Amino acid sequence: MRLNCPCCGPRGLEEFTYRGDATVRRPESPTAPAQDWVDYVYLRDNPAGPHRELWYHGAGCRSWLVVTRDTRTHAISDVVRAVDVARADKEGAGS
Amino acid sequence: MKLLRQGKSSASGDPSQSMRTTTGNGIDTSRTIHFTFDGRRYAAHPGDTLASALLANGVRLAGRSFKYHRPRGILSAGAEEPNALVELRTGARREPNSRATVTELFDGLEAASQNRWPSLAMDALGINGVFSPVFTAGFYYKTFMWPAAFWEKVYEPMIRRAAGLGRAADEADPDIYEKATTFCDVLVVGTGPAGLAAALTAGRTGARVLVCEQDSLPGGRLRAEHGEIGGMPGWQWAEQAMDELRQMPEVRIMTRTCVFGTYDGGTYGALERVADHVPTPAPDQPRQRLWRIVARHAIVATGGIERPIVFPNNDRPGIMLAGAVRTYINRFGVTPGQRAIVYTNNDDGLRTARDLHRAGATIAAIVDARTTETPLARDMAQLTGAKLFMGGAIADTYGRLGIHAAVIREHSGLTQRVPCDLVAMSGGWNPELSLTTHQRTKPVYDETLCAFVPGTMPAGMRSAGVANGTFATPDCLREGTTCGQDAAQACGFSATVADLPAAGTESYAIVPLWHALPLDRPARTGKAFIDFQNDVTAKDVRLAAIEGFRSVEHLKRYTTLGMATDQGKTANVNALAQMAEQTGSSIARTGTTMFRPPVQPVAIGALAGAARGRHFKPDRLTPTHDWATEQGAVFTANGLWHRAQWFPRPGETHWRDTVNREVRTVRTAVGFCDVTTLGKIDIQGPDAATFLERVYVNAWRRLPIGRARYGLMLREDGFAYDDGTTARLGENHYVMTTTTAHAGSVMQHLELCHQWLWPELDVRFISVTDEWAQLAIAGPKSRDVLRHIVDPAFDISNEAFGYMAAATVTICGGQEARLFRLSFSGELAYELAVPARFGDALARLLMKVGAPYGIAPYGTEALGVMRIEKGHPAGPELNGQTTAHDLGMGRMLSTRKDFIGRAMAARPALTDPARPALIGLVPVNAGDELVAGGHLLPAGAQATAAHDQGWVSSAAWSPTLNGWIALGFLSNGPARLGETVMVHNPLGNSVTAARVVSPVFVDPNGERLHA
Ligand SMILES: [Zn+2]
Repeated sequence: MRLNCPCCGPRGLEEFTYRGDATVRRPESPTAPAQDWVDYVYLRDNPAGPHRELWYHGAGCRSWLVVTRDTRTHAISDVVRAVDVARADKEGAGS
Repeated sequence: MKLLRQGKSSASGDPSQSMRTTTGNGIDTSRTIHFTFDGRRYAAHPGDTLASALLANGVRLAGRSFKYHRPRGILSAGAEEPNALVELRTGARREPNSRATVTELFDGLEAASQNRWPSLAMDALGINGVFSPVFTAGFYYKTFMWPAAFWEKVYEPMIRRAAGLGRAADEADPDIYEKATTFCDVLVVGTGPAGLAAALTAGRTGARVLVCEQDSLPGGRLRAEHGEIGGMPGWQWAEQAMDELRQMPEVRIMTRTCVFGTYDGGTYGALERVADHVPTPAPDQPRQRLWRIVARHAIVATGGIERPIVFPNNDRPGIMLAGAVRTYINRFGVTPGQRAIVYTNNDDGLRTARDLHRAGATIAAIVDARTTETPLARDMAQLTGAKLFMGGAIADTYGRLGIHAAVIREHSGLTQRVPCDLVAMSGGWNPELSLTTHQRTKPVYDETLCAFVPGTMPAGMRSAGVANGTFATPDCLREGTTCGQDAAQACGFSATVADLPAAGTESYAIVPLWHALPLDRPARTGKAFIDFQNDVTAKDVRLAAIEGFRSVEHLKRYTTLGMATDQGKTANVNALAQMAEQTGSSIARTGTTMFRPPVQPVAIGALAGAARGRHFKPDRLTPTHDWATEQGAVFTANGLWHRAQWFPRPGETHWRDTVNREVRTVRTAVGFCDVTTLGKIDIQGPDAATFLERVYVNAWRRLPIGRARYGLMLREDGFAYDDGTTARLGENHYVMTTTTAHAGSVMQHLELCHQWLWPELDVRFISVTDEWAQLAIAGPKSRDVLRHIVDPAFDISNEAFGYMAAATVTICGGQEARLFRLSFSGELAYELAVPARFGDALARLLMKVGAPYGIAPYGTEALGVMRIEKGHPAGPELNGQTTAHDLGMGRMLSTRKDFIGRAMAARPALTDPARPALIGLVPVNAGDELVAGGHLLPAGAQATAAHDQGWVSSAAWSPTLNGWIALGFLSNGPARLGETVMVHNPLGNSVTAARVVSPVFVDPNGERLHA
């Protein structure tokens, strides 16, 4: 498998580390309802199809990436920097 | 008499090559080379395979079959060979299960048959055939059901003796293997007419083309046939095409390279057999090279594999695939028999009669399963003078170690026995489409071709020629050209297509033939093999169907069909077609089993590549390693790091003597230890303090410049993750230390926290673990020693540079260094960091200036003893299952800020005082040993899991307390100081009474730290 890192270009799988679901977001406050925290820490969907997930380009630019991967075919449809996704989300939430 | 004559011939070294009757396009008859098979010496020519050379010398018996030990010969002339598996070479280079059909011969090759005892011709275990009911479909599963004792005493030894293919070498592989990666626009797999046409077309556009050919010579089937391309023999056209390709600067040709797998994202695996065709690789030359090929587009032109025909006793030596017979004649100049029967269901097989006839063989009969005579059948019979049996079948064969007669059943049902020494059979051709299916795309069944052809293709892949179900040579050339053009254009290269060379069209006209005899009359005469390698017969497939194993995947597991080295390349379609007949289903609906990489066997050595020994697990050495080695240090592995464990001195007879001395030195004078392996992360930015607040449980905002602080990190689930000290060196500049084990993962964690959780924070990190050599200098005399090293401009008195102070200083007259007043041992202590290149010099300097103070280096063992004496948690305590509360650090958890793990750490179950929490333990009876891993139970309680209240995490002999001490976790532990508990060690079969004490054994008030 190859991932097209926005910083480094297409690179082999061995340069990356998989982390997991990029659709769950950390609750804003430590006093958020316990269920929110449990969902964030433990609950994961297991979709058959496109899935947004976090990968780390540890042997490259050290960027965390949000990769959209089809879990059935490993087809990669999108790779973006996690920091850009996080910033956009925060701006969206703030506006 | 006969045996004697053979012996004489062998001894005199006068090999005949009696079956070498013609010239072959792939061998060099001007030179003769020699090889041995089962100890006998034979002659051959360069260009021969082991199989062609054996056939040239009249050797038909090549091995014994897997289950029944039936004599087997050479079936094919290619990678699909199920029978002729041999051991090559000897000693450390002995390699089992090598296919004789693709083994390139070299002078001096030693080969041996396998799976026979005592000899190939007289195999005692051939008797397995008599007991064959035991080995029918599902025999592994059925025999496992029998009483265990029977299995153990009777069946397992029997199966172990009888089965198994070949013997691995007993010694380590002396050869080297390499891995490499390459990139191209267009990958072309195969150099038959389709592959070469594709490569030429794509190559002429200027695209980067990589051509892989598993054979040593180009041409594919062109070398096996008579057909012409562009007015010359096909194999000459292939060589000419290769010459043209070699001239193209962007084209790379790799022969002896099998593309064995298609992987995600246009990645392909290939094995290059660099030096398999020579006795030993040249110095520093790899034996094989594993390639990862990244291709934007790929053209699969891998040709086809011929199917055997399923008829009773179809496995005797001398019964071969028709296409293989033509290969041996035309490429190798070897005629595999003198009196042949050609048995076919298609025109392609018929042409074998012509080639055999031209080579001088007699054609005893042409048996054509088709009931309607084709013009070609009539022509071939006429040309060769053979009797033609349209609608006929072979109903049985004879010959113990090789065929000498076949029973031909005419269409009318009459049978006659026909003497022969060769049966050339063709059940039609299967496109070799494995590479098109590794991405889970399924092939589709073509009724006209009676074969599966590629279905939906993975992105960027095309198939051409026979691999695509296109059989006639002109069509192969056209299809290859189109694929090459399309692939190059898809990569942005414009293609102008040259005129196609002329080639003759040859008919195929196949009819389905899945079993020679009608199903309603199952053969009583003998086994009709489908899978030669696994000894799976037509009857086994019937049995599997009757017993309900009807899905092709079940059929495979139940009968072992399609397993082992050949993966059923010659067997699968015949088997599933018979299953379809049995179940009244169509072949299309029955489907094929999943093909998985590798297409051909790949040696583990090639997959390992250079990653063996220290190249698999490289050594990570500390800056003081060479110095420590000179000191006679004993090293221990700490992940990849090698750390000095202790520094023995003359007269110390046990390691504990050394460690005790090192501990006493630190506690009474001064010692030093390399702690470079701790992770170091440089953190800078205006939001650095805010960031630290969020990743550590404790507060950081008010840490002044020039001070360090202990920090604890949790995981988001609330359990302890890592700890260490972080020092503030400037307004926006911190340096964090992590544990050795988590140095890499903490770095990754910080990056995630920053990039994903808090991108608004203005902070940056870099790992500086390897940039700085860091030495701990510990003991009451440590300051005195440092005064000789730190430049006088820096006041390191207790008043000016107190406990937890941190500063950038200069040493030795101007060299920049970092000084931290940190203590893991509990003594007055410092850590001094210098650029890594000065670590060695610093160790030598410390030895010199520290000598008057009695300085000594100490290793990780003394370090461990002292941290246990001081009650500092380390790896055994921070084991991923303990919380801050468990570690006695519950009070550190700030309630005034958010931090990673805060919410989940507050869960009631994680703060329950009944959770095992950190305590110290000392034996009740002085001198009793405490062992890490022991379970803690209340005194008098039965040793059951229900009474388990905790465990011992770390234990050591304390030279300071002169007794065993331990750290552990005990339910309600901190409230139970003074209580006696029992330490159960079931592994050592011991129970020790221990008293619960504070985990801080030495200097509980911390006076020494502040001295
Ligand atoms: Zn990158």
